[in-house]
Amino acid sequence: MSYLFTTSDEQQQMLGRIGVDSLATLLDQIPTQLQLDRPLRMPPALTELELERHLRELASRNVGAASRVCFMGGGAYDHYIPSVVDEVTGRGEFYTAYTPYQAEASQGTLQAFFEFQSLIAELSGLDIANASLYDGGSGVAEAVLMAMRCTGRTGRVVVAGSVNPEAVQSVTTYLADQPTEVLVLPTRHGKVGVAELESYIDETTACIVIQHPNFFGELEDVEQIAAVAHQQGALLIHSFDPISVGLLKRPGELGADIAVAEGQALGVPLQFGGPYLGILACKKELVRKMPGRLIGQTVDRNGQRCFFLNLQAREQHIRRAGAMSNICTNQGLLALRATVYLSLLGPQGLKEVAELSCRKAHYAADRLKQIEGCELLFTGPFFKEFVLKYEHGADSAIRKAAAAGVDIGPMLSRFPNLNWLPQEVRDQCLLVAVTESRTKDEIDRLVTALA
Amino acid sequence: MRNRQATQLLSELSHAGRRGAELPPSDVPEWPLEDLLPSEAMAAAPPRLPELAEPDVVRHFVNLSTLNMSVDTHFYPLGSCTMKYNPKRHERLSRLPGIVDVHPHQTAGNIQGLLELLYEMQEMLAEISGLPAVSLQPAAGAHGELTALFVAAAYFRDKGESRTKVIFPASAHGTNPASAAMAGFDCVELKGRSDGFVDIEELKQHLDDKTAVFMVTNPNTLGLFEREIAEIAKVVHDVGGLVYIDGANMNAIMGITRPGDFGGDMMHYNVHKTFTGPHGAGGPGSGPICVRDFLADYLPAPIVRQRDTGSDEKRFELATPSKTIGRVRSFFGNVGILVRGYCYLRTLGAAGVREAAEQAILNANYLKALLADVLPSAHGEHCLHEFVASADGLAKERGITAMDIAKRLLDYGFHPPTVYFPLVVPHAMMFEPTETESKATLDAFSDAIHKIVTEDADLLHTAPHSTPVSRPEEVNATRKPVLTWAACNKE
Repeated sequence: MSYLFTTSDEQQQMLGRIGVDSLATLLDQIPTQLQLDRPLRMPPALTELELERHLRELASRNVGAASRVCFMGGGAYDHYIPSVVDEVTGRGEFYTAYTPYQAEASQGTLQAFFEFQSLIAELSGLDIANASLYDGGSGVAEAVLMAMRCTGRTGRVVVAGSVNPEAVQSVTTYLADQPTEVLVLPTRHGKVGVAELESYIDETTACIVIQHPNFFGELEDVEQIAAVAHQQGALLIHSFDPISVGLLKRPGELGADIAVAEGQALGVPLQFGGPYLGILACKKELVRKMPGRLIGQTVDRNGQRCFFLNLQAREQHIRRAGAMSNICTNQGLLALRATVYLSLLGPQGLKEVAELSCRKAHYAADRLKQIEGCELLFTGPFFKEFVLKYEHGADSAIRKAAAAGVDIGPMLSRFPNLNWLPQEVRDQCLLVAVTESRTKDEIDRLVTALA
Repeated sequence: MRNRQATQLLSELSHAGRRGAELPPSDVPEWPLEDLLPSEAMAAAPPRLPELAEPDVVRHFVNLSTLNMSVDTHFYPLGSCTMKYNPKRHERLSRLPGIVDVHPHQTAGNIQGLLELLYEMQEMLAEISGLPAVSLQPAAGAHGELTALFVAAAYFRDKGESRTKVIFPASAHGTNPASAAMAGFDCVELKGRSDGFVDIEELKQHLDDKTAVFMVTNPNTLGLFEREIAEIAKVVHDVGGLVYIDGANMNAIMGITRPGDFGGDMMHYNVHKTFTGPHGAGGPGSGPICVRDFLADYLPAPIVRQRDTGSDEKRFELATPSKTIGRVRSFFGNVGILVRGYCYLRTLGAAGVREAAEQAILNANYLKALLADVLPSAHGEHCLHEFVASADGLAKERGITAMDIAKRLLDYGFHPPTVYFPLVVPHAMMFEPTETESKATLDAFSDAIHKIVTEDADLLHTAPHSTPVSRPEEVNATRKPVLTWAACNKE
C-alpha cells in the first residue's frame, strides 16, 4: 500500500492534461542508463494488521521501563509523563504541521513555542531561550560554537570531565577541524577542582563548560567556576537538569552566560535515546549570536497580538554560510511536550518532582552503601543520581538487579572518554538514578538484589 | 465559534494556587532537605511557572491547535518539505511498550528486537540510496549534512590531504553552505546555467586539489534531474573530491534511480519528509546518512551490526567504526522517527516505494500544467516531484507578489507553497503536492489560484482576511524583539 488515491482513469486524464502518453515519458527526464533496472531489494509489503503483529513481535524482544523497575540514568530518566501530554501533542493539527514560516497558518505552533521559550527562560534564570535544538549533547556543541562567536575567541575551550561524556564527544567531533583546542579537565573527586581549573584557562579561552548536577549526579561549585571564567573574559556554559531547578538555584542565578539542557525529563518518553529535546538559553546581550529558531511577539495588520519567526537573519535560509548554525528542523513537537508538561506541573509540581527524586535517591544511596561490597564512588552532595561502586564488577551488579526485574546503569566503562578514571574503577562503577516514579518498595527490591 | 481565551498566554491564564498535577506523598524517610543538599545550592523558591488546572491546560492547547494548518486538515504543498500524509498506524506502533519505554543505555542483549528493526532500517536505506554504509545518528537533514562533512574531513585528514573547499550551486538549500561553514570549510557558490542546471565548465574552473566536497541536490530545488550528474561526479572524482547528494528530494526518485548509482559518495535522507516522519510543527526529524564503503570506518558511533552466530539465530550489536569521527549528539539517534520510517517502508515494500515516487511526479506535473497559464515555470518542460513557478509576470503587470498569492491562498483554505526560494527564480513559488493528494484536491487548488490572480490587487495586498491573524508586523518587532512573556510585561 502506498497511500495513493488516484484511479487509473484519473491518471489518464492527468497525463492527457500534461500532454504525455504515459508516466514513462515523465521519467525520461532521468537518463535511462542511470535508472534502476530492477526492483529494490526490500522485504515484502505488509498490511496494517501484519505490520502491527511484526512490530509487537520486535517490541516483545526489548526490555522497556514500563514492565520493569527503572533506575537507569546517565542523561535520560524515567520521570512520570501525565496523560495530558500525549493527548494534546497527539493532535494532528500540531504534529502534521511544519515549521511555522506562514504565521497566519501557524499561530497555534507559534504561540506554544513562545510559551516554551518563556518557560525555559524562567527555568534557566536567563533572559532568552530558543525554540529548541536537537538534544542535550549537540546542544552543548552548539553552545560552545556560540560562545566562540560571542567572545571572538577560538583558541581554547575547557570542558569539565564531569559533563556527560557523550556531550563532550559531540564537542570534540564538532571542533575536530577547527584550530580550537578542547581541554577536558579530569574530575577525579567527582566534581571540578576550582584551583585546578584556573590552570586550564587562559586569555584565548572562549568558554568553560560544566554540568550541574553533573554526569555523576554531584553538585558543582558553579558560582566559583563562573568567577574563574569571567575573570579571564570567558563565558560559562552550564548544562543543567531542568527538573533540578525545582529545588536548586537556576543557572542564571549562579552566573551562567549560556544554559543548555537535555529536556527529555520534561514529558518526553525514553524511546531509546530520541527524539529528545535540546534546550538553550542565554543572557539577552548574546541573543543575536544564538543558533536556532526564535519566536517573537508582535502585532498584526489589525493591531492584534500575534507571534512570528523573529530574528531570521541569523538563520541558514537567509544568511547561508554566515548563519549562526545550520539548524532548521529542530524538535518542535518535543518543545510542545515540555510546554504542556510544565503547564501541568506548575511551580509546586516541579518542586515536588525534584524533592521526591532527591529524597528517594538519598534513601537508595543510603541503603545501598550499607551493603557489603557496595560504596558510593564520590562523597559530595548529589541530586537524584549517584555512582555506585560494586566490588564484584558493575556488570555483575546489573545482572543481579536484572534478575530481580530491576534495571540500573549505565556502567562507566561504556564511555571511552572517561579514560581519566582508572580502568578498574570504571569496571566497578555504574550510575543509579532515582525519580519520583520509584517507590520505597522498588528501592528495597534493588537493595535486596545486590545484597 | 472561536474561543478567545485560546490566544491568552499561559501566564495570563495562571491563577495562584491552581494545580494540574498531583504527586504521591513521599514514602521514604523524611530527612530534612538541608541535610541532603548544601543550603547555598538551594533555590529560595521554585521557578515562577504558571499555575493551571488540568482542564485549563487541555483547553488552552487544544484551542491553540485549531489555529494551525496541518497535513491532517489542509492541502500543504510546501515545496522542498514533502508534506505527505502521515499514516496513523505509525503513531500507534511507535508508542508500543518495548519501543517507547526503552532506556538508551539498555544493554544490547536486552534490545534485540529494536536493534533488528534499526539494522533492517540501515539495510533498506542502503538499498534505496545505493550506498552501503549507514549511520542513523543525525537528528535532521542539516545535521546529516554536517555529519557527512565531518566524515569527509576525517577521511581527507587520514589520507594526509589538505582540502578546504566545499562547492555547491546557487540553488542549494541554505543548509548546504551553513553546514560547510560549520564544519570549517570555505564555501564556493556556483552560478549555474540559465536553465537551472549545474554548469560543468563553471564547476571545473573551481575544482582542484583543495576541493573536498561538491554538494548537490538531485533532483535540484527546481524539481529537475541533473541529467549530467554522472559526468559532474566524474570531474569531481578526477580531482580527488567527494560528491554529496542532498537527499531532501528523494521522494522524487526512490526506487527509480539511486544516488550511489549516479555518482554520489555520501547523502542524507530526511525521514520526516520522504518517509513521512511526521514534521511535528518543526521537528523532530531524522537525518540518516549513507556513504560509500571507503568512508564507512569514519561514521559516527554506534552503528548496528549483525553478528555472525554460525547458526540461524540472529544477533545484533552496537559497534564503533574503527576510525569513527565520534558522535554528533547524545545516544543512538531519533529512534521514534526511525521506527515510523521503518513502518512506512515495510507498508510500501519495493513496488510501493517506486509507485509513491511516480505518483508524486505525476501530481507535480499535473499541477504544473494546470497553473502554467497564470504561474509559468521558466525551467523545464516537465518536472519531477516539485516545480518552481514564477509570479514575476503578475508582479510586473499587476503588482501582485508571490507573497500576496501565498497569503490569499490561506483564505481559500490552502497552505501556500514555499515562496522566494530558490533564490535563482524571481518571485519564486515552489509547489510540491506529494503523491498523497487526489486529483480533486489539485483541481480545487488550481481553481483557487486562477480566481486569486483575477482578484483586486488591494484585496491581495492585505490578505489573508479569514485567518486568526493577518500580516504580522516584522520590522519593529525585529528591531526590539520580544521573545518571552517576561519581556512583554516590561513593554
